Amino acid sequence: MADICSLREAVSGLIHDGDTVAMEGFTHLIPHAAGHEVIRQGKRDLALVRMTPDLIYDQLIGAGCATSLRFSWGGNPGVGSLHRLRDAVEKGWPHKLAIREHSHADMANAYVAGASGLPFAVLRGYIGSDLPKVNDSIRFIDCPYTGEKLATTPAVRPDITVIHAQQADRQGNVLLWGILGVQKEAALAAKKVIVTVEEIVDKLDAPANACILPKWVVSAVCHVPRGATPSYAHGYYERDNRFYLAWDAIARNREAFTAWIQRHILDTEDFEGFLRVHAESQQEMSA
Amino acid sequence: MSIYTTNEMMTVAAARRLPDGAVCFVGIGLPSTAANLARLTSAPNVVLIYESGPIGAKPTVLPLSIGDGELAETADTVVSTPEIFRYWLQGGRVDVGFLGAAQIDRFANLNTTVIGPYDAPKTRLPGAGGAPEIAGSAKEVFIIMRQSKRAFDDKLDFVTSVGHMDGGEARQRAGLPGKGPQVVVTDLCVMEPDPVTRELTVVSIHPGISREQITEATGWPIKFAANVVETPMPQVAELETLRALQARTDAAHGKQEGSES
Repeated sequence: MADICSLREAVSGLIHDGDTVAMEGFTHLIPHAAGHEVIRQGKRDLALVRMTPDLIYDQLIGAGCATSLRFSWGGNPGVGSLHRLRDAVEKGWPHKLAIREHSHADMANAYVAGASGLPFAVLRGYIGSDLPKVNDSIRFIDCPYTGEKLATTPAVRPDITVIHAQQADRQGNVLLWGILGVQKEAALAAKKVIVTVEEIVDKLDAPANACILPKWVVSAVCHVPRGATPSYAHGYYERDNRFYLAWDAIARNREAFTAWIQRHILDTEDFEGFLRVHAESQQEMSA
Repeated sequence: MSIYTTNEMMTVAAARRLPDGAVCFVGIGLPSTAANLARLTSAPNVVLIYESGPIGAKPTVLPLSIGDGELAETADTVVSTPEIFRYWLQGGRVDVGFLGAAQIDRFANLNTTVIGPYDAPKTRLPGAGGAPEIAGSAKEVFIIMRQSKRAFDDKLDFVTSVGHMDGGEARQRAGLPGKGPQVVVTDLCVMEPDPVTRELTVVSIHPGISREQITEATGWPIKFAANVVETPMPQVAELETLRALQARTDAAHGKQEGSES
C-alpha cells in the first residue's frame, strides 16, 4: 500500500546499495529529483536499467553510484554524447561500468516480460546485427510452432523502479498521461515502486482507460513539484532544452561535473534546494 | 530559386520519396525533418509514428527529442513504447522505416554503435535505439545521411542494424520480413540497391555535383547506374516550407549547434 512520504524517506528506506534500479520515463517524466536524492544519499553499486540513460544516469554514473548499466540508446537527445557514461565505459572513471547493450524493442519487451512474471521475452529482432556478439544475454530460439528464428532477452526484474507522474490521490493511486514510454511495465516488473508526483489531489479525474497505477502496486508516493526537471511533465511544464544543451559542457569535464554535483546536489537539502541553486546558476550563465 | 544548401537538397530529395498515405516510422533528426517536410508538401496523408508512442503525429515544430510533448499533442493516439514495437512495428503495420546512421556500407548495413573495437572504441556512438528492429521489420527502409568517406565505409567496425547483409538474397535467406533499404539519400546524390547484387548504386546526382565528388566521398569504389539522372532542384514551395519549419523549430527550441543530427 502506498506510503505518502518525503523523497528522502522513500529513497533511504527503499533503495539499497547493490540494488537493481530502473528509473524510467521516455524523454517525458524522467524522475530527476529521485536521481538526485540517490546521489545525495551516496548509494553505491547500483545495477542501473533504463532504455535511454539520459542526463539522469549520466549524473548517477559520474557520481559513482553505479557498477553496471543495461540500456538501448545512450545519447543526450538532440545534443550529442553522454560524457560521464562515455568516460566510465572508456576510461573507467570514477570506476569501471559494465554495460549490457540492447535495442529499444528488446528493452520494451523485457519490461513487458518482467511485468508479466516471465523469465524472458521473445521478439523478432537482431538478425544481421552485431549486438548479440557483444551481449551474450541476447539469444535466439526456434519457434516451436513455425520454426522461425526469434530473439530472446532476459526479463527486467528491478528491485525497485522509480518513475515520475503528474498526479496521485491521497490514497496513493497514481495517474500519468502523455508519452508513457515503458513506465507502467517498469513499475509492474519491480518488487518495489517509488513514484514522485507533480500534485497530490483529492480525486483523480481519470477516464476509464487512463494509465493508472493503483495504490497497492506502489510502495511510496512523494510530492515533488517540477521533479522531472529538466525533462518535462505534460500539462505542467516544458522540457528545459537549454539545460540539455548546457549539460554537454558541464559533463564534458570531470572537474566541472564534480563541482556541479557538489553545488547543486550534495550541498542542497532537497529538490527544492536544487531548484533554487539551479535558478541562480542559470542566471549566472546568462549574465 | 537556385540558392539552396546541400542539406536542403538532401532533405527535399528524401521527402519526395515518401509515398502519400504511407505509414512511416521516423527516427529523430534528419529523417524526422524529411518526413515532416513530406507531410507538409507532397505527402499530406503520411502517418508518422515515433518510437516514444505517438501515432499520426503532426508536429508544427520539429521535435528535439524523440519524446517531445508536441508529438503527443498532435498525434491521433499515443500508445506505450512496448505497444509501438510489438503491435505496430513487429505486427507488420509500418510501410517505411526512415533512418539515419553514423556509418553505412555498400549493402546499406548501418552502424550507430562504435567506431574502432567494441571494447576499446575510437568513437563511442549512442547505440541501437529502435533501429535494429525498424531495419528488420519495416516493409521498406529509407536512409538519409550526409556523405563522406568516413560515413560511407567499406568495412563497418560494427553492424547495429541490418541492411542487405552481404548482398543478393541474403535478407530473404535470413528470414527478415521487410525488404530492407530501398533508397539512400545524401547531400550529393540518391542511391538505390542494385536489383540483383543489392549493392548501393548512384541513380540520381544533385545539381552541380560531379561524379568525382561522389567517388571521393565514398569509402569503396561506388557504382553508377547505366542511366543516372540529375535530381530535380528544390522547388520554391519546398524550400519555403522547409525554411518555415526550421524557423518555427529554432524559435521554439532556441537555435542550437549540431541540433540537425
